[in-house]
Amino acid sequence: MATDLFTHSQEKPTATASNVPELTVGDLANSVKRTLEQSFGRIRVRGEFTGLKLAGSGHLYGDLKDENAVVNIVCWRSTISRLSVKPEDGLEVIVTGKVSSYPKSSRYQLIIESVEMAGEGALLKMLEERRKKLSAEGLFDDARKKRLPYLPEVIGVVSSPSGAVIRDIMHRLDDRFPRRVLLWPVLVQGEGAAQQIAAAINGFNAMDKNGNVPRPDLIIVARGGGSLEDLMAFNEEVVVRAAAASDIPLISAVGHETDTTLIDFASDRRAPTPTGAAEMAVPVRADLMAWTLQQQARMAQALTRRLSEYKNMLAAQAASLGNPQQLLESKQQIIDFISDKFSSLLRAFVQQKQSALSVISGQLKPPSHGLERSQTRLDSAFTNLLRAQKQNIDKMERTLGQTARLLDSLSYESILNRGYAVVKDAKGHVISTTDGMKTGQDVELHFREKKTAQAKITGTKD
Amino acid sequence: MGTPKKIEEMSFEESLQELETIVGSLESGKAPLEESITAYERGISLKKHCEKKLREAQSKIEKISVAEDGSISAAPIDLNE
Repeated sequence: MATDLFTHSQEKPTATASNVPELTVGDLANSVKRTLEQSFGRIRVRGEFTGLKLAGSGHLYGDLKDENAVVNIVCWRSTISRLSVKPEDGLEVIVTGKVSSYPKSSRYQLIIESVEMAGEGALLKMLEERRKKLSAEGLFDDARKKRLPYLPEVIGVVSSPSGAVIRDIMHRLDDRFPRRVLLWPVLVQGEGAAQQIAAAINGFNAMDKNGNVPRPDLIIVARGGGSLEDLMAFNEEVVVRAAAASDIPLISAVGHETDTTLIDFASDRRAPTPTGAAEMAVPVRADLMAWTLQQQARMAQALTRRLSEYKNMLAAQAASLGNPQQLLESKQQIIDFISDKFSSLLRAFVQQKQSALSVISGQLKPPSHGLERSQTRLDSAFTNLLRAQKQNIDKMERTLGQTARLLDSLSYESILNRGYAVVKDAKGHVISTTDGMKTGQDVELHFREKKTAQAKITGTKD
Repeated sequence: MGTPKKIEEMSFEESLQELETIVGSLESGKAPLEESITAYERGISLKKHCEKKLREAQSKIEKISVAEDGSISAAPIDLNE
């Protein structure tokens, strides 16, 4: 029994040394450790973290203090990941754990099993600081907010598969506009909740629109009401960052209307409740059906009104147009008049040209007539010519005969007969004068009966 | 308006918006009659498309499960169980 130590000393305070059992240091230290563990059991202690140090082993060491005292704390590595509040220096918390001691130094310590914020004020202060930090990063900027689709085909819901939340959402969707819903089941509080919620948001975003599971057009992250601590997962950075990074428009619906978690700042719309999220997600189908029908009626009305307006306008136009038969007749008359005038003009023109033609053709002699006359003239001229030529020849023959007889009578030979002679030079030319005659020149003397004598000039006398 | 989009490819919201625009322009009566008739015909097609989308409303809930290899599947669940 661990209480041996105390019972002995209490029951026998005056016992002699020989009666007191002898303990080793280790016995004592272990006995104290057991006593501490058994007498305190699980306790809750309020204090402020200080001097926290994460050892290489992954265990966390440090102190919990208040204004009067300091107590060593230790938090095993396996526990740290499950804590809903991450220990930080200066954080005012209530820790749950066991009192124990470490025999090697015999220092007693508080082994932490869970940590909660010490009262709402402290928690809210921490959340406010976190909100400011994330806001400074731009995660909550209005420019990042996406418009929700008017009518999503597929809605992804990140929530607990059990509980009223998903039923509330489905109920309201069915009332308004039944949709295909993909539920990504997650823990919504406690160990690993934040990681699961973040993984679900990221998982929906990573889906392929045409995959066997279609990527949703809208995400609803929902949880029912609870205490501030219950909703803590939705305040975790990992969740807030996943919501801010979501390409798919996201509605946050965590807790009741009065609860605000940090995911509400990062989401594209914040719904007061899961039911409210369903209302934001889809329009009311019946309203749309009525509206659509109404549009058809309005179009038909507008067009009918329009057509009757046109009909009236047409009638008015037709009236002002006049009788087409009359219009045609008056035009016909103009054509008749013009064609009449034109044909008489044409006739006069033809006549004028005809008479001009006959005048010109009268002046023109037929070319054959002239030709015949010329031929006759040519023929007679030719006859005349022939006759004249023959007469000429006859005459010339007669003249020739007479001339020949005359010539014969005038021939110098007859003169020679009468005793004269003719002197010719060596070349046969008649010399009729002494001009040019040279002394010693040979001459020929011609006598009657063609007798000749050679002579030489011996001299001349003028 | 440019080349009108193919109605079959239009989302429900786009169809609603264009239908609303067409109704407005028909009621204003400013467009020429021929255009109005074309617009009316398109309006009727849009209205049919909207009705089709409205009829497609079917409630269905499936639960996502992630396999060890990271692949995702969805199976119908009954919330009333």
